[in-house]
Amino acid sequence: MPTFDYAPAPESRSVVTIAPTYGFFIDGAFTRPKATFATLNPADESVLAEVSQAGPRDVDKAVAAARRAFEGEWGRLSGAERGKYLFRIARILQERAREFAVLETLDNGKPIKETRDFDVPTAAAHFFYHAGWADKLEYAGLSAPGTTARPHGVVAQVIPWNFPLLMLAWKIAPALATGNTVVLKPAESTPLSALLFAEVCQQADLPPGVVNIITGDGRTGQALVEHPDVDKIAFTGSTEVGKTIARAIAGTAKKATLELGGKAANVVFDDAPIDQAVEGIVGGIFFNQGQVCCAGSRLLVQENVHDEVVAKLKRRLQTLRVGDPMDKNSDLGAINSREQLDRITTLVDAGVAEGAERWSPECTLPTKGYWYPPTLLTGVAQTHRVATEEIFGPVLSVLTFRTPQEAVAKANNTAYGLSAGVWTEKGSRILWMADQLRAGVVWANTFNRFDPTSPFGGYKESGYGREGGRHGLEAYVTTTPATPTGATR
Amino acid sequence: MTVSTTTRSAAELTAQARDVLGVSRLTNRALTSWLHGLPGVDQVGCEGRVAGLGTRSIKTTSKAWAIDTAISMIDLTTLEGSDTPGKVRSLCAKALVPDPLDPTTPRPAAICVYGDMVATAKTALGDSGIHVAAVATAFPSGRASMAVKLADTRDAVKAGADEIDMVIDRGAFLSGDYLTVFNQITEVKQACGDAHLKVIMETGELVTYDNVRRASYLSMLAGGDFIKTSTGKIQPAATLPVTLVMLEAVRDWRDLTGVQVGVKPAGGIRTTKDAIKYLVMVSEIAGEDWLTPEWFRFGASGLLNDLLLQRQKLATGAYSGADYVTID
Repeated sequence: MPTFDYAPAPESRSVVTIAPTYGFFIDGAFTRPKATFATLNPADESVLAEVSQAGPRDVDKAVAAARRAFEGEWGRLSGAERGKYLFRIARILQERAREFAVLETLDNGKPIKETRDFDVPTAAAHFFYHAGWADKLEYAGLSAPGTTARPHGVVAQVIPWNFPLLMLAWKIAPALATGNTVVLKPAESTPLSALLFAEVCQQADLPPGVVNIITGDGRTGQALVEHPDVDKIAFTGSTEVGKTIARAIAGTAKKATLELGGKAANVVFDDAPIDQAVEGIVGGIFFNQGQVCCAGSRLLVQENVHDEVVAKLKRRLQTLRVGDPMDKNSDLGAINSREQLDRITTLVDAGVAEGAERWSPECTLPTKGYWYPPTLLTGVAQTHRVATEEIFGPVLSVLTFRTPQEAVAKANNTAYGLSAGVWTEKGSRILWMADQLRAGVVWANTFNRFDPTSPFGGYKESGYGREGGRHGLEAYVTTTPATPTGATR
Repeated sequence: MTVSTTTRSAAELTAQARDVLGVSRLTNRALTSWLHGLPGVDQVGCEGRVAGLGTRSIKTTSKAWAIDTAISMIDLTTLEGSDTPGKVRSLCAKALVPDPLDPTTPRPAAICVYGDMVATAKTALGDSGIHVAAVATAFPSGRASMAVKLADTRDAVKAGADEIDMVIDRGAFLSGDYLTVFNQITEVKQACGDAHLKVIMETGELVTYDNVRRASYLSMLAGGDFIKTSTGKIQPAATLPVTLVMLEAVRDWRDLTGVQVGVKPAGGIRTTKDAIKYLVMVSEIAGEDWLTPEWFRFGASGLLNDLLLQRQKLATGAYSGADYVTID
C-alpha cells in the first residue's frame, strides 16, 4: 500500500434523477417511450435507463417541428432575442453543472473530475460565446458586400459518445445563434445528457421545435441525414460514417460539416521542456481514456531524447489512478462500450504481433465494466497498424525521428489531419512546424486545449468545416442578395 | 529522527562536482554551460500541473494521516528582530506539547530561530529530539563578506544548532557568477560540520522557474542537504509551482547521482488545505521516499495551529475555534 493512500472520495449520484424510460423531445415536449433499448453505465454494466429508438416517422415529426419553428416564431426573432435564450441556457447549464457532470460520468464512464472541470464548464462557455454573437452577425464578415448571411433552416446534427454534452453544445449553440432550428441525435450509448438538456430548453422557455432531440442507433442517424426537409448536416464521429453521409447527400442541396477521426502526432524535440512535455503527452493521450478524435496518439520523439522521455513517461504513468469514474481522484475511467473495448484490444494485439513492445503500469482494474489500462507501445514503425489506424483508446504509439524535416514528413504521413502538438523551447521552430503540419489544430507546448473562440476542424479524412470561433459560424449560414434594408436577421 | 549528514570539505565537494560535470577544472564557464543545458520549464505547463494536482480530494483516513505527517514536518519558526528568550522558550514549549488537549499529537521536526537564540532553544528543548535550526550567513539578504557569513554559521553550530539554513548570494546568481554561489555553499557546508545544511534560494528574487531549476541543481551540486524556497521576508515566498520544480529537481538528482536531497517550502503556507496540496505534490512528483520529515519540511509558524484545529475537527466531528489552540 502506498504511504499516502487516498481514501475513496466518491461524488454523490443522488444529485441527478434518472427516469426509468425516456421518449423523444419533439416540439417542446417529451413523447411516450417506444421501442426502447438500454443505456448502460460502462463502469459497471448496470442499466441506467431505457431510451427510445426513433424510426422514420419520428424523424419526420421532429423535422416537421423544426421546420414549423423556423418558419414561425423563432425565424422572426431578432438576433438580440435569440441571444437572450442562449445566455439563459448557458446560465442554467452552470447552475445545474453538478447534475450534468454526474449524469455524464455515469453514462459515459469518464472520470468525474473531467466532466466537472472540463466537459460541463466548456459546454456552458460555448453557449455564452455564441450568445454574444447572435446580435453581432453583421460584423462577423460572413457575407460579401451586397449579400446577406441567412440561416440554412433545419439543421440535422449527429454527435458521438466521447463528449456527449460538449459536442451537443458545439452543435446547438452556433446553430441557434445564427437562427437555425435543430434536430439532434446523441450517440446510442450516451443519450442521457442530451435528454437532460431537453429539460434545460423547457426551463429556458425556448420556443417549441427550436431544439428537438431524438435517440436511436445508426439507422436513426441515417434517416435523419437523408430526410428531404433537412437543409444542413453537422456530424461528428467516425470517418467511415462521415463518408457514408457525404455520399448520401451528394447531388442534394444539403450542406454539411464533418468532424471525423484523427491520428495526431505529438512531436517532442530534444530542447523541449521535458517535464511539461511528459505532462502534455499524458494529457494528450489519456484524457478521456484516449477516446478523443484529436488525441495525441502518435508520440514522435527525437531519437536522442527517446530513452529519457520514455523513462519519464513510464514513471508518470505509474501515478495515474485508474478506477471508479465517480471518485474525484480517478484520472482514468471506463471505456465507453464493449464494442470500443474490443476494438482497442484487437488493435493493440495487432501492434504487438507486428513487433511493438507493450508496457502498462501496474494497476488493478475493476472486474465489472469495460476497462483498459494506460498502455505504451514502443518500437512502433510507420508501417504498423497502431501507427496509422485510429485506436480511440488509452494507447500511445511511440516513434522516433532525427531531424525537423523527418518529424514533419512522419507527422503528415497519415490519412488524417485533425491536430498536432509541437514541443520545443525554440519559438521559430514552432512557427515553422505549424506552417508545415497538415493539421487543423497545432498546439505548441501544450495539448488538448479547447476554447469556444478557436476554430476546430480537420484536413483530409479528418473532415471539413470548422466549429467554434467566427469560422464556426460560417457553416451555419448561407448568403443571399441583401434585403432592401440591408439588415441581417 | 535520524539525519544522515556527511561532513565534507569544500575541496571534496568541488572534486565531486567536477565529476558530475565531467570537467577537469570547475570554472564558471563549466557551471554555466551545465546549468544552462538543463531542460527549460514551461511556465504554463508547470502551473497547469499544479492546478491539476490541487484538485485531489483528500478525505477521512487520508486526511488524518496527512495532518499528522504535516505537523511532524514543520520547522516551527520565529525570525523577528523582536525575538526574546521568552518568545523562543514559549515556541519551544509549543513544539513539545503542540496540543495540550491531545497528547497523541505529533511534535514538529524543529524550531527555527536566529543564531543568537540557538542556546535558548537548545536548553528549552533538551533531549526531546526536536531539532534546532538556525538561519545564518547574514540572513535574510546574504549581503555580507564571506568571513562574516562563515563566522555566523560557526557561531550557530557552536551554540548547538542541528541544522543551518543559509541564504545564497542572489546577486551573484543573477549576474551569472555561479562559481561564487557554488563556493559559498561548499564553504558554509564545511563550516556546518555535522549540522544539516539547508540552502535558501529565495525563489521570490530569482523569479523564473528556469532560475529555480538552475539554483536547485547548483545548491545540490555544492552539497546542500536540503533546498529551501524562501526566507519568508520576500514576497512571493513559497509557492506550489516553485516547489514542484524543486521536487522534480531532487527526484532527477537522485537518479543522476544516487544522492537524496530534501525540500523545504517556507513562508506563506498557512492552512491545512495548503499543506495537504504540498504533500500530494511530494507524493506524486518526488515519490513517497520524500514523505518523511527527514526529506520534506514546512517552514511555517501559523500553519501548526490550523493543522491542530483540523485535527481536533477530525477527532471530535466539530470545529472548536481559535481559542482552543494556543497562541505562542
